[in-house]
Amino acid sequence: MILNFKLLEYSLSSLWRRKEKNLALIVVYALVIASLGSVLLLTHALKIEATTTLAAAPEIVVQRTMAGRHELIPVNYAARIAEIPGVGTVKPRVWGYYYDSLIKANLTLIGVDSHHEDLALLDGSLPRTSAECAIGAGVATAFGPQIGDLLVLEDSSNRRSEFRVSGIFRSQSSLLTNDLVVLQDAALRRFFAMPDELATDLTVQVYNSGEIATIARKIAYYLPDSRPITRDELLHTYDSLFNWRSGMMLAVSVFALMAFIILAWDRATGISADEKREIGILKALGWETSDVLAVKLREGLLISLSAFIAGLILAWVHVFLYGAPLLMPLLKGWSVLFPEFELARVVDLYQIVVLGFVTIVPYLACTLIPAWKTASADPDEVMRG
Amino acid sequence: MTRSLVCLSLLTVASGLLLGLLVFGQETGQQEGELWQHKRSLVALLGITDLSLSSEARYTRHVSQADLFSAFQDFPASFEHFPTGSMLPPRPSGYRGRVIMESSLQAEP
Repeated sequence: MILNFKLLEYSLSSLWRRKEKNLALIVVYALVIASLGSVLLLTHALKIEATTTLAAAPEIVVQRTMAGRHELIPVNYAARIAEIPGVGTVKPRVWGYYYDSLIKANLTLIGVDSHHEDLALLDGSLPRTSAECAIGAGVATAFGPQIGDLLVLEDSSNRRSEFRVSGIFRSQSSLLTNDLVVLQDAALRRFFAMPDELATDLTVQVYNSGEIATIARKIAYYLPDSRPITRDELLHTYDSLFNWRSGMMLAVSVFALMAFIILAWDRATGISADEKREIGILKALGWETSDVLAVKLREGLLISLSAFIAGLILAWVHVFLYGAPLLMPLLKGWSVLFPEFELARVVDLYQIVVLGFVTIVPYLACTLIPAWKTASADPDEVMRG
Repeated sequence: MTRSLVCLSLLTVASGLLLGLLVFGQETGQQEGELWQHKRSLVALLGITDLSLSSEARYTRHVSQADLFSAFQDFPASFEHFPTGSMLPPRPSGYRGRVIMESSLQAEP
């Protein structure tokens, strides 16, 4: 134990002799881990948000496709689907998009029926008449209306449609409601000039969740031009969107891993003449190869652990305290309405362990292998270079 | 000896801080159960199917409802028009159309 402390003391002295180089190494190493860690924390938090909230989404959404594209679905398809055993209510939904050419924002317009309960995450109320609307926090911020103000949209015939704002969704729900304008079904039909016998899609309630996939297959069988999307498929979409192989992960990890490989390569190939001479002197003084390796292992561990801990703390602060400002442009793209949201501070410890394994172990290997090669050689040759 | 003790103490404090952040985060996540419930009620009432993240295009706003094709501005030899379109992997679901090849020998009686 005493010997270990002495070796640790020696490792620290050795690191301190090259403090500028080692400090720079720790900073770069920590930044690489911070960038990888930020993506892991952000994508995991978004995945948890999506899978937890969207678990309450409709069991099946049925679209109609024509010529390979989404098409409005006849409302009478609902009756055919409702005949399938195990199916509860089938509701036609009216929803669509509205583009504001002035600030170049896309809004999502959703219709609701007139009977609904109060929502905890809504200030005010959902529209009780066809002349009212509820809006998301992003719409309120971008266009400035308050409860009681008028939201004026131009319909498909370029006529002004006025809706009094009856409610604004709270920012806590922004990840779900940021760009929403909720109108009554009838008002939205009029606005889109959508015939009563058509709807955007149908939502299907299934009593037994074990039967969802079977009922989706039956719907596709009985209505061949339909496209049933089950809740499981919807959740899998978000699972794959934010997993290890997601585009966002790849976009950041490619650069971070390149930086890490250069760093490791530098360590693996570039054991300096000073370090070689130091190892040669130690061997000449009677140190065993295992002692030299023990010192180098401590040096590597001190650097990699410091960088790993600093990098992860940086990543946590970046994602959970500041809302990942450096990664958000990847998700935002050209969106004008982008939610300001507080992520659930949920961390997947398995991912953290894997991150530690893929960054610390290769670095240790790159430190130990050249030191072992040098320590195994004849001390006289090593000291003469 | 002093230097190694200082170093080990610093590492221990930093590890404790990191562990504290991770554990603190986990606890906060579970305490927000009521908020999750409110969000789920919202999703159930409005029939929300997607997160309101990237509203720049239909297929990035409603990822799970998007079809296989770029919505508006696709044209031959075009680059991806919307930046987030490069970030989101395609995951078409609900399509059941297939290309079936049958040999002429099989088709003939």
